[in-house]
Amino acid sequence: MRALAPVIAAVSQPELPGALGPTDQAHLLWARETQAMSFAFHIPLVCFGVAFPAIVLFLEWRYHRTHDDAYKALAKRWSKVMSLVFAVGVVTGTILSFELGLLWPDFMATFGGVFGLAFGLEGFSFFLEAIFIAIYVYGWDRIPPRWHLLSGIPIPITGITGSMMVIAVNGWMNHPVGFDVVNGRVTNVHPWSALFNPFFWHELVHMYLAAYMVVGFIVAGIYAVAWRRGERSRYVRIGFVIPLTVAALAAPAQVIVGDWAGRAVGDYQPLKLAAAEGLGHTEKGAAFHIGGYYSDGDVKLGVPVPKLLSILAKHDPNATVLGLDTVPARDRPPVNVVRFAFQAMVGIGSLLAAFGVVYLVARWRLRRLPRWPWLPPAAIVAGPLALVALLCGWVVTEVGRQPWVVYQRMRTAEAVTDAGGLPVAFFFLLAVYLTLLAGFVWLLRRLAARSPETELARPGPRMPT
Amino acid sequence: MSLAELCLLVTIVGLTAYAVFGGADFGGGFWDLVAGGSRTAMEVRGLILRSMTPVWEANHVWLIFVLVMLWTAFPVFFGSVMSTLYVPLFLATAGIIFRGTAFAMRGQARTLAEGRAIGAAFAVSSVLVPFCLGAALGGIGSGRVPVGNAAGHAFSSWLNPTSILVGVLTVLTGAYVAAVFLAGDAARSGLRELEESFRRRALGAGAVTGLIALGGLLVLRSDARDLYDGLTSGTGLVLVLASGAIGAATLLLIAARRYEVARWSSAAAVACITFGWAAAQSPYLLPGELTLDQAAASHATLVALVVSLAAGAVLLVPSLVILYRLVLRGRLEEQFEPIDHGYQEPAR
Repeated sequence: MRALAPVIAAVSQPELPGALGPTDQAHLLWARETQAMSFAFHIPLVCFGVAFPAIVLFLEWRYHRTHDDAYKALAKRWSKVMSLVFAVGVVTGTILSFELGLLWPDFMATFGGVFGLAFGLEGFSFFLEAIFIAIYVYGWDRIPPRWHLLSGIPIPITGITGSMMVIAVNGWMNHPVGFDVVNGRVTNVHPWSALFNPFFWHELVHMYLAAYMVVGFIVAGIYAVAWRRGERSRYVRIGFVIPLTVAALAAPAQVIVGDWAGRAVGDYQPLKLAAAEGLGHTEKGAAFHIGGYYSDGDVKLGVPVPKLLSILAKHDPNATVLGLDTVPARDRPPVNVVRFAFQAMVGIGSLLAAFGVVYLVARWRLRRLPRWPWLPPAAIVAGPLALVALLCGWVVTEVGRQPWVVYQRMRTAEAVTDAGGLPVAFFFLLAVYLTLLAGFVWLLRRLAARSPETELARPGPRMPT
Repeated sequence: MSLAELCLLVTIVGLTAYAVFGGADFGGGFWDLVAGGSRTAMEVRGLILRSMTPVWEANHVWLIFVLVMLWTAFPVFFGSVMSTLYVPLFLATAGIIFRGTAFAMRGQARTLAEGRAIGAAFAVSSVLVPFCLGAALGGIGSGRVPVGNAAGHAFSSWLNPTSILVGVLTVLTGAYVAAVFLAGDAARSGLRELEESFRRRALGAGAVTGLIALGGLLVLRSDARDLYDGLTSGTGLVLVLASGAIGAATLLLIAARRYEVARWSSAAAVACITFGWAAAQSPYLLPGELTLDQAAASHATLVALVVSLAAGAVLLVPSLVILYRLVLRGRLEEQFEPIDHGYQEPAR
């Protein structure tokens, strides 16, 4: 029973009702779905904020070294896409900031003082990113080349520090530290230890590699479409190869980081791991099931791989893995959602890692781009798959934490607003997001319709004559 | 000065920056909306697009800054306000999305129909957002937001005389500041005709805003007596008078085409009002419900926040200076094109 001790101890910690008092919200699920929809829209943009600027700067650096115009045309074109994605990210990020208060006022009122600092630091990063993106994108051919490249360097750095802070908050929600609960109130707050909580590091690295996979595969996929149409220019070739190589490097590394993340979840949130596998009862040498569904404490129709779950969770085939029955039913997450998402993420991740390794080995052995007919189609499919895996990963984290908004401290049902109209808000926002998506795609197509040569044209007169 | 006061001060500085810079961007949308269909109107729209393009994202971040300050330093205030005023704040977020998207799409429109549809989305949301944000402020100032989870009324908390007054004033102030900035931009670029047309707009909007603000005091007197008393006595009164004087001086500066100074003085007039409001409400954040000290987060949180703000400012201030200098010196790309998607000169 020693293994159960930490979980039981944690549950016996006081649970908080919320500083604004009890709530009576009939539409909790709508609030959660609204939040999930907003995240699903914003997170892919974050990937572009984190990974894309570094790739663009690499291209510009290559241009400075080689004076090959294809690099410059790509870097300039992509920097425009980057600013566009950033603009959309600004508005979707603003919605998220509002939603924290609009949907979860009691969460913010109770814990804003504990984790709010992270958002302050994120705000600064975001501000700096906005400033330097403006200088970089509108400074092409206007400020001296060396300074232009330098003006771009803060962009990937601030992209990383900004998302780092948001992930720190998510890590904290999953492993809340840095405060005490006395008489139903949050006291003795240590904002810095809340920020650098132990759950933070693996989430951070996992997300960064995911960002490089998503961006690399998606961008490569777009140029693979042009490649298949018969456009074999150097411009298209570089636009295909560089992002593909970046993603191919990230994909196998993600397997290792995923293993680290899985073990951390097993240590800190055994219930999330139990839900991800569908492990109803605590088991020694637990099996991992591929496919199937969870029902009444067991996985039905799945293919069992003996002892694999124990190996994955503890690196020990005979280790004990805690099951869902260690806590009462009201403290368990919705198992099948978490489980399907987990299986999809791991399945896609393994596939992409294999693709990455095969591509890299062939590239290295042949010393040129392999001429496999399936390579461009595979790259085209890999982008959307990586995106699905990314979102599934966040479903595992977020749904797997339920019914808690702050793990074992505050229930999501205690955090939600008492305001009306949540279903209306959901469908209204859905319409807004679909409009936004349509506008975004329309813009990218307009941008792509111009020939790459236009990026190399000298700028026109500054003032009208 | 206590730490809570310091954090409130920084929040109001952020709010002022948003009211001036973000407000000017919204004001640009206002002028876009009312520009009409003449040839000059197309040039007006082109100038607005050019002036806003490199800076609107940085300007917008001030809003996020204010939100973050509020939820970190004054979490109970934030939770109460967001949950009661959910309708205007939700509308504001929707407006922000439409506005940002439409703005990004604007320069890419190729046909008259596309340009009109996108322009309409941009312009209408540019008026909707500041109105909703102002109305929310009016709800707070008139004491219509109680402490609690959606404890106030969903509609009368922001559809009331004070909210409507503040909403309208927010829209007009943005329009006024925008006109001052744009007149300066046009003058700097040697676009005489546009300069003149924005100069007229600035003078008109400034005068109208001032008159409505004066008349609005009567509205406050009957609808938000505590706020009115605060604004007409002590520090509040000093700042209100200062705002009026600076506002009047700004009109003279604009008349004399001294746009650079007018830029600063119009911002100062806005700052006097935001700080005057805070002084008038003191010591309350939610009038009659929650004082600043009751709302403040723990000491450790406030210390950490102030330290982070100081460290962040060291990086942020020079970066902002670089951006605005590059913009003001015309070092960033700024091709001026009238927005005239397929515009045909009317037959004479």
